[in-house]
Amino acid sequence: MTQPTAAPPAPPARPAVAAPEPREAEPRGGPSWRGASRRLRAEATTEPGRLRLIGAVLAALLVVFGGITALQVSERTSAAGDVVERSQPLSADAAKIYRSLADADTSASSGFLAGGDEPRSVRARYEKDIREASELLAGAASSSDGSRPADRQIEVLNKGLPVYTGLVESARANNRQGLPLGGAYLRYANEKMRGELLPAAETLYKAETSELRRDYDAAKGWPWAAVGLGVVTLVVLVWAQRRNYRRTNRVFNPGLLSATAAAVVLLLWLGVGHTLARSSLTDSDEQGARSLQALNEVWIGSLQARGDENMTLVARGAGAEYEKSYKKQMGELFGRPDSPGGLQRAQALADDSTGRQSVRNATNSLKRWQERHANARAKDDDGAYDDAVEMVIGKENSTGEAFDRVDRNLAKASAHEQQQFEEAADRGRGWLGGLGIGAVVLAVLGAAAVVWGQMRRLAEYR
Amino acid sequence: MGREVTAARGMLGMACPGSGRRVSAVGDVGEPAGRDGGTRARRRRVGVVGAVSAVLLAVLTGCAAPSGSGGGTGERGRVGSVAAPADDPVRPFAAPGEDPEPEKCEDGSDPAESLKPSGEAGEAVERIQDRGRLVVGVDQNSFLWGYRDPTTGKLGGFDIDLAKEIGKDILGTDPDITFKTIPTDQRIRALEKGDVDMVVRTMTISCERIEEVAFSTAYFEAGQQMLVPKDHARVKGFDKSLEGRRLCYASGSTAETLMKEDDYQQLGARTLRVPNQLDCLVRMQLGEADAIVTDSALGAGQAAQDPSVRLIGEPVTVEPYGVAMNLEDEDLVRRVNKVLDDYRKGGAGSKWRAAYDEWLADDMKGTGEGGAPKPPEPKYRD
Repeated sequence: MTQPTAAPPAPPARPAVAAPEPREAEPRGGPSWRGASRRLRAEATTEPGRLRLIGAVLAALLVVFGGITALQVSERTSAAGDVVERSQPLSADAAKIYRSLADADTSASSGFLAGGDEPRSVRARYEKDIREASELLAGAASSSDGSRPADRQIEVLNKGLPVYTGLVESARANNRQGLPLGGAYLRYANEKMRGELLPAAETLYKAETSELRRDYDAAKGWPWAAVGLGVVTLVVLVWAQRRNYRRTNRVFNPGLLSATAAAVVLLLWLGVGHTLARSSLTDSDEQGARSLQALNEVWIGSLQARGDENMTLVARGAGAEYEKSYKKQMGELFGRPDSPGGLQRAQALADDSTGRQSVRNATNSLKRWQERHANARAKDDDGAYDDAVEMVIGKENSTGEAFDRVDRNLAKASAHEQQQFEEAADRGRGWLGGLGIGAVVLAVLGAAAVVWGQMRRLAEYR
Repeated sequence: MGREVTAARGMLGMACPGSGRRVSAVGDVGEPAGRDGGTRARRRRVGVVGAVSAVLLAVLTGCAAPSGSGGGTGERGRVGSVAAPADDPVRPFAAPGEDPEPEKCEDGSDPAESLKPSGEAGEAVERIQDRGRLVVGVDQNSFLWGYRDPTTGKLGGFDIDLAKEIGKDILGTDPDITFKTIPTDQRIRALEKGDVDMVVRTMTISCERIEEVAFSTAYFEAGQQMLVPKDHARVKGFDKSLEGRRLCYASGSTAETLMKEDDYQQLGARTLRVPNQLDCLVRMQLGEADAIVTDSALGAGQAAQDPSVRLIGEPVTVEPYGVAMNLEDEDLVRRVNKVLDDYRKGGAGSKWRAAYDEWLADDMKGTGEGGAPKPPEPKYRD
């Protein structure tokens, strides 16, 4: 705008009757509201007083705007940090505990079926599962303060795991003696796993995952207070400048203008930064975290189906219940025409070709597994138990081979989704980087500019 | 080991056991004979002991399949028979301390009566011979009776030996026999559907079952008995020592029905029900149970797997085992009865005795005088 700074300062509407430095004048004793409001009213009766008041209000608004922005941004940054560094890893660890336990149970039954010929790799896998589960449990316990809902589950798992491994060892020892009692021990171990450990691991996983959801929500929530304050600050700044213009006919007050610029920059930074962070976090959630959950569901389901398949044979002719459970697990994986199963959900959530391909491969292996399973069952039902066992735990063309493929593809898909999660979540956190400090700096600069600008106006009254 | 155990009797998920006194055997009971039989079992046991104390057992799916396939269909039937008033002369169970009586059907007949033996081949026998293969329904989880040794992959046991003997008679030496594993609750259905020619699977002859399948004469007699730790047992039998103790049995089993009888309820035991009788041995080894109630045949299988437990007391029921066949295969029933006749013949030198010595002698007492092993007397209704 082009207004020259022509007009002389408007004469004070009323001479400075007022304002005997209120601060100094304040007698001892707490500031009373009545006293304060009286002083304000007195102050507002003169233009310099009004200018001081407006300056103070603007500076305060800017400082509060900056402070609230810094506060809200830091809340969101820390929530986003929690997503990346705490809740997602905890949720992933809980998923790993859950999976390791299911995998241990599966390996234990595979080894059992092999009897004295238990391949070293199967035994090693069981031991690794147990070790990983114990280590992760120890980690989970140490990162807890004893009050989270997850803690009780951790305790259940810590107590139950040694009992479970003891039963498995008894089962092995008896089985190696050729005693059917081994099978009874393994069934008991399986019952403990299915009835106590896996449900606790599932609850733990769900608790950690809902913490992840909470952190996501906290990180993604709009900083309404900061945005609202920013808008109010801008409105007041514009109003103050219009007032100046009306009274002095001067278009610019450099101080107020600078403050306005600072507020606009901060508001834009906040808006754009948060929007971008939010969108990256949404990506990390949808492309990573939710995919991981869907994959984990499929993974656990296939592990349990494998366990059921083994236990059907361990039960030697009395495994109808296990076969039923196997069918149920498979049913949940494949779903029905009217209700999609875990595989469809995982497929739908996999958002790039790499992820989709792994899920597709896993699905195909699962189908092959089912075909082989049907053949193995037919053999067993026909009295060819040894053939059936070979078809289930054999090296080639067995259901075990198909299961291993499923396992590998799911591991691959999970690793891919985990990477997508981390990239997107880091990106999201990056968008908010510096905003907190920037808010404080801009706010202080803005407030200083306001003070400077108003001082210049006030100087005209001296 | 379980030498003091009493007569073997076993059965799994059976149905109504009869009650009756232990039969007196007819036949000569023999002198102890058949030593050789025992060696296998003994060898097995020694190995076991060396290794784990837990030893083990036979599962029997019989008394209820693991996780639930439930006990045999017969259970319900037996419950029905139990309904007889306590003073009815035909009690299904003996009260604690009394001698058991075999089951009598409503019309006063003995369910264990079968058809007269005959070596003639009729429709059913010819069907098997034409096929050149005998299909037998067995269990592969009942230690000593029908079980698969995981180290050899071979089936073995008292029931399996008998099935082989029948196969030899029908098909000649080295017969082609398919052993199909069938769960307890599928035994009758498998026969009705013709999936198997016969079921040799510790199956108790009962009034309810003879309506659905045909039985051979009894080849063994079992009864409900108690199994406790050899040393420091807290429970001494079906008496006051049960008060407050944890008693384990398979759900749906005869043992469960027995323990629900008023006379037994009053003993004040706490109960632990598991899907399968063998699960009880696991629980007892883990200290979660003080005693197990199961039938003597299965109990012997448990005792054979754990040298530190034994069967105590006398069986409180009489449960005859028979080979089950389709009701229509009368010629096959007669043929099997002929095989059984030959099987029992010869006293201490009989094939029956040889199988007994091989599988059972170490863990149970016989039903003859002074605990001598002795097959049940065949009974015929025609």
